[in-house]
Amino acid sequence: MTQPETATRQPAVYLDHAATTPMLPEAIAAMTEQLGRTGNASSLHGSGRAGRKVVEESREAIARALNARPGEIVFTSGGTEADNLALKGIYWARRDEDARRVRILSTVIEHHAVLDSLDWLATHEGAQVELLPVDAAGLLDPDELHRSIERDPESVALVSVMWANNEVGALQPVAEVVAAAHAHGIPVHTDAVQAVGAVPVDFAACGVDALTVTAHKLGGPYGVGALVLRRDLSPTALVHGGGQERQVRSGTLDVPAVAGFAVALEHAVKEQPHHAARLSGLRDDLVRRVRAAVPDARLNGDPSDRLPGNAHVSFPGCEGDSLLMLLDQRGIECSTGSACSAGVPQPSHVLLAMGRDEADARSSLRFSLGRTTTPADVDALAEAIGPVVERARAAAR
Amino acid sequence: MKVVAAMSGGVDSAVAAARAVDAGHEVTGVHLALARTRATHRTGSRGCCTIEDAGDARRAADVLGIPFYVWDLSERFHDEVVEDFTREYEAGRTPNPCLRCNERIKFSAVLDRALALGYDAVATGHYARLRPGPAGEVELHRAVDPGKDQSYVLGVLTQEQLAHSLFPLGDTAKPEVRAEAAARGLLVADKPDSHDICFIADGDTAGWLRQRLGPASGSFVDVTTGDVVGSHEGAYRFTVGQRRGLRLGTPAADGNPRYVLGIEPVSGTVTVGPRAALAVDRVEGSRPRWTGAAPTASMAGTVQLRAHGAAHRAVVTVEDDRVSIELLDPAEGVAAGQAAVVYDGTRVVGSCTISTASRATPADTASRATPAGTASRATPAGTASRATPVDAARSSAS
Ligand SMILES: Cc1ncc(COP(=O)(O)O)c(C=O)c1O
Repeated sequence: MTQPETATRQPAVYLDHAATTPMLPEAIAAMTEQLGRTGNASSLHGSGRAGRKVVEESREAIARALNARPGEIVFTSGGTEADNLALKGIYWARRDEDARRVRILSTVIEHHAVLDSLDWLATHEGAQVELLPVDAAGLLDPDELHRSIERDPESVALVSVMWANNEVGALQPVAEVVAAAHAHGIPVHTDAVQAVGAVPVDFAACGVDALTVTAHKLGGPYGVGALVLRRDLSPTALVHGGGQERQVRSGTLDVPAVAGFAVALEHAVKEQPHHAARLSGLRDDLVRRVRAAVPDARLNGDPSDRLPGNAHVSFPGCEGDSLLMLLDQRGIECSTGSACSAGVPQPSHVLLAMGRDEADARSSLRFSLGRTTTPADVDALAEAIGPVVERARAAAR
Repeated sequence: MKVVAAMSGGVDSAVAAARAVDAGHEVTGVHLALARTRATHRTGSRGCCTIEDAGDARRAADVLGIPFYVWDLSERFHDEVVEDFTREYEAGRTPNPCLRCNERIKFSAVLDRALALGYDAVATGHYARLRPGPAGEVELHRAVDPGKDQSYVLGVLTQEQLAHSLFPLGDTAKPEVRAEAAARGLLVADKPDSHDICFIADGDTAGWLRQRLGPASGSFVDVTTGDVVGSHEGAYRFTVGQRRGLRLGTPAADGNPRYVLGIEPVSGTVTVGPRAALAVDRVEGSRPRWTGAAPTASMAGTVQLRAHGAAHRAVVTVEDDRVSIELLDPAEGVAAGQAAVVYDGTRVVGSCTISTASRATPADTASRATPAGTASRATPAGTASRATPVDAARSSAS
């Protein structure tokens, strides 16, 4: 509390890479190069062809990195749009084929881009949404899904289970989900926004039918992402117009953003093993040292089945937003993990789903590490967390 | 100092925060989320707890270059302000939720939290002034702009709370504040002022209360004849001094309009009568809160009986937790539950909650428009010959 906030603010210790992560310099370069060029990728002249070449090469690079086919990459404005397209588009298409298919099976811990889309489908489109529970570590029990499908497989339009949870980092049993659904020919969508670049993601091998990815979580720019979509699925379009992306998604493609996305994704996938090893080491160190400073701090989520850069910690007796503010004042940036409504941190629906009470859920912080995280960042947090927790506890009394 | 600037999303609190920054303080903007249902996205800025207001506050903080957070105080606000408001109406009184919010939320929950988090003070956009007193204490004074003065709603603050408060707007007139906001590039410069009770979205207090309290029929009784002159669906819909919307069946004998004089919450009886019967000159209060030392003997000063109400010359006598106020000029429509704020000149001495208001001098004397300054002293209530009890009298909340 000694240094004036605005005047002598230290360079930030950025521990919020799950919210967004710095752009890779090579992606900035690729994007910058394109920003100076003209050419609508849909135009038929030379400039248009040049733009289209960039888009298609980017598509091929992304497909290669994810082991998908280029035709399976549908560019969108990001993760949220890709999730919306997958859920609404596939639901509509499957229900149109067979009116009995009104059930959508998903989990309680999905991102709001999924949960709110499902909520909308339930209220406006007659979908019967079943959100399956998770265990105390934040993991879906595949048997639960299996039972839910088997109750009436004919009525299931689609299954959507996230690859990695954005709050507690829990890695979901995607292979089992696919097996249970495919036994009845039910398509599976997965939101892999947090997974790509952090853990191995192989589209062809994992068997999912649709997979959401976004650029700004892996070193690319904001506002671009993709739905990786098997060719045999034709979701009903949400956005109508020029039909640029397989008639499934319209809108002039953002050539520079697509170029930056491809460079970042290629790099992230190539570096993934090394990155994961380095980050999990830093993360384990962070958790160990936070616990040394605050003995009753508690790591949320599965200790091993989790994203390498994710540390989600409860600090009993504290308000998460007090902790966040006090750390922010010291130039340490993290998150209370959950969505805000009018800027008010809500108790995390994920922690509540893991069986925590409201107070417990409100007392937690998410530290997420990324490509630019250094041991010095962990040192800074380890040094600050003790006094910050002490002060936040006093404020909560 | 390290200062928390409470930023509602309106122009006043934005300029107050800006001035705190200019004064060299290390300022953090804090928006208080008070509404329980956060979906309330009201436009037109009528209140202080919409998503739009939170966004405006955040944008103002960004323009000022200060950190900004939202503190969720919706539970506390619900329990201590909204519930109290409903209970008070149910009991036939007229609460002032803004005072209550200042006492329990802004200068209590927020201040406590700020102090615990290492801050020294809370700054708000209230129009009032703080000045050092003779003994080094902090004095609370009326703002220089009489039209905007908000010292009334701060009359519940104690010395301890005042010592940790900043009111940077007290010496400025409202138009200047708007001009300053515009000059500072704050887009809220021309945002309309909020007037209504912030948690009643559409301003329909009677409808809001009806929803919570349900129908509670009762009768109108004429104070002069003692006759039942009509019936109603809920006493909480009426306010002392109200004339319109009574829909009385029987006209008054003298043909003159009748006013609500009092409300008896248990039976639901609403007493009505001539305007002259509205005047009171004796107010009893409880729950006193003093900005500094409590007045010892009787003190002569002024008393304000509702927000934006007139200052009445009065003699105030304090006895433990009871405050007796003799008004030198009678006042009309004095409501139980409202605060009586006591002033010595421009200085706020303290406040109490009005429990009863009555007439100690004969009504016909007072109704002959007693010239200011010559009003007769109230006789002790017990000996008043024609005291009109306006027990549980109410006027509009503000
Ligand atoms: C799991 C998950 N899905 C979807 C999104 C939304 O992605 P975008 O920001 O690209 O719309 C996010 C990012 O907040 C996320 O973490």
